[in-house]
Formats: sequence, C-alpha cells, structure tokens
Amino acid sequence: MMAFSIPTSPLPRYLLQLADDQLVMGHRNSEWTGLGPILEEDIAFSSIAQDQVGHSLAFYEILHQTYGLDNPDQTAFNRPENGMLSSWLVEQTIGDYAFSLVRHWCYDQAVALRYESLAQIQDPNLQALAMKLRGEVKYHTFHAQTWMKSLLQGSEESRLRMLSALKEVWPMALGMFEAWPGETDLMQELGSQGHPWYPGEKNLQDLWETRALESLASWGVEVEALGLQRMEPVLGGRQGYHSEHLAPLLEEMTAVFRLDPQAEW
Amino acid sequence: MPILSLDPRVNRLQAEEVPADQAPVLVPGDHWPSYQVFHQRRRGEKHSSVGIVHAPSLEIAMAMAKEQFARRGETSNLWVVCTADVLEMDYADEDVFRTTPAKSYRDPAGYKVNDKIEAYKAQQTTP
Repeated sequence: MMAFSIPTSPLPRYLLQLADDQLVMGHRNSEWTGLGPILEEDIAFSSIAQDQVGHSLAFYEILHQTYGLDNPDQTAFNRPENGMLSSWLVEQTIGDYAFSLVRHWCYDQAVALRYESLAQIQDPNLQALAMKLRGEVKYHTFHAQTWMKSLLQGSEESRLRMLSALKEVWPMALGMFEAWPGETDLMQELGSQGHPWYPGEKNLQDLWETRALESLASWGVEVEALGLQRMEPVLGGRQGYHSEHLAPLLEEMTAVFRLDPQAEW
Repeated sequence: MPILSLDPRVNRLQAEEVPADQAPVLVPGDHWPSYQVFHQRRRGEKHSSVGIVHAPSLEIAMAMAKEQFARRGETSNLWVVCTADVLEMDYADEDVFRTTPAKSYRDPAGYKVNDKIEAYKAQQTTP
C-alpha cells in the first residue's frame, strides 16, 4: 500500500470525495449482479453500477491530468482506508433490496444536486463532464423514484419494509453532507455565471432534504411520524474515518489489482 | 392441459400434477402484465416495436424498457403500451389478406405501360 496524501486544495479534494463515493457505491451496487429480485432489476443495478464506476474514473482521470494525483488505477486501488473520502452511506453492505433501493434513491438525488452545481463551474472540462454525466444520473433518479413510489404505495409488507429501510438509511444519507476542510474556500470560487457555483454542504443538504421529504410525503409517507427530521447524521467518511464495512470492501475490490500493482491493463 | 404460466420455469415444476384443490392461488401482482416497447433511434424517425417487458405498472415498464432496449446504440425516445390496450386482429381472420399479394393492379409496377411509352417515343422521332 502506497502512502497517500489527501489533496489540500479545495477543488481536487471535493472531486476526490465525489469520485470515491461513486467508486464505492458502484462497487456495492454491482453486488446485486445475479441476485436482483427480478431479472430486470438485476440488470438495472448492474448497469447503474457500471455508470458509477465510470463516473469515478472520469474524475480520477481529471485529478491525475490536472491535479497531479497518481493515475486512476493507483488512486482507486492503491490507497489506505483512511485515504478514502467516501461517505458511510455508500460503503454499507447491500442488505435487502429495500435497503439498497432506498440508499440508491437517497444517493442519486444527492449526486444529481452535486452535478447540477458542478455544471456551473468555470473550468470548461469539468463543466462539460458534469453536463455529460448528468443525463445518466437523471435515469438513476428516475429508476429509483419509480420503484420507491411503487413499493411505498404497494402492499402493506412492501410499505413497512421501505419505511424501515428509510429509517436505517436516513442518518447515513445525512452524513453525505459532512463538512470538510476547504469547503468555505470552495464556496467563494466564482463559476461560469459570475457567482459561486458550489453552495456548500449545509445548503446542499437543505435542498436535498426538502426535495426528499416532499417526494416521500407525495407517496403517502407520514414524514413527521417517521421522525426523519430529528435524526442525527453519521459522520466521519469525509475525514477518512470509516465503518467496519469499508476495509473488507477494499480488500475485495483491490484483490486482483494487488496481484501486480504495476501491471498495465 | 391448461397452461399454468408463461414462465417456463413454473411449467418445468410439473405443477399440473398437483390436485386442483391444492393448486396455488394466483393473486394480482404474481404475474405482471406485459407491455409493448417501441424504440425511436433519432428524432423524426418512426418508433418501431422492439419487444415486450413484464412490469407491475406503466412507469416501471418504462424503466425496464430503458434497460432492456436502450442500453446499447442510439436512442432518442421510447414508448411503452400495455399489451392489453392493443386491439389485435384475430389470426382466424388472416384470410382477409390472402388475395392481397395477387392484386398487382394496386402496385405501380403492375401497370404495363412501357410498351406504350416506347411506341410513343418511336412515333415522335419518326418524321
């Protein structure tokens, strides 16, 4: 394992957080391959997983080309656990389908917001990338919403399982918006429209929460009774502190890579 | 013998040997209806029928159609239509079309006018 120093400049650090989330989320979602509740969902989760790993690659590529990080393979597969800046939400094991689906919905709504803001950045390469990736995330959120709505309004069993998954996922979903060093500096940076493009984690969280609670209410969830608004976020991921689930995931994800770390793929 | 299911895995269970009074009762949702999927490659082109998906709702049919029929190559739009909403002709009535291929007079190639055109041209060139 090579020593890794987390970028100190705000933008590359932010991009690394985004990329790590996508990489770990993609890896977790790929675990549904062959196990999906129905064939089409198996394919959908696998295909979304491929998109997410692809998004992480695109950001690692920019971090390598522009910000001097090691090449994407090394950055993705040759880092100690405390060098990973992904949130606790994405590293959790897949659980049952309700858990994975609620996580997918919470996660991709947040990614959509991040890409919306990134599309306003000054840097034309990053701006073009955000515009390009946005379309895929639009489908991810459509897919997630469609199933959320359907299962929350389905049978009594499906509704209860979804509500219980919501309570389990929510605190970790809030943890996606953990404050990080350099955040306030990035909030000052002017975007292509002449005003700041990055609203900061607090604002992103507020926007995410408002939209999520609105959707849940429209699907008949009694948000107040569920107590979501009184939950505390699970923090640590953005500082490199992780749950017990990340280490085994990294172990498995890097197994082939570690056979020969210098191999040309 | 009645067809128990459109799913060959169910039929392979040889469930028909189960006495009728012990047969499982199908409840709505166990077998999802089918939806016809129409795919449009580029704007302005026609939507073509590409196959079906089984889904519990129109919206989920659309999500599945995206995955099954728009995962590769170019796509600009998709339609999904519940198969039950499609009015289909009965194959027993296929005979109404039987004589159509013989009606060559409905086909421009069926008109044998070339002889007349050639004769007219020849007439024009001879003084």
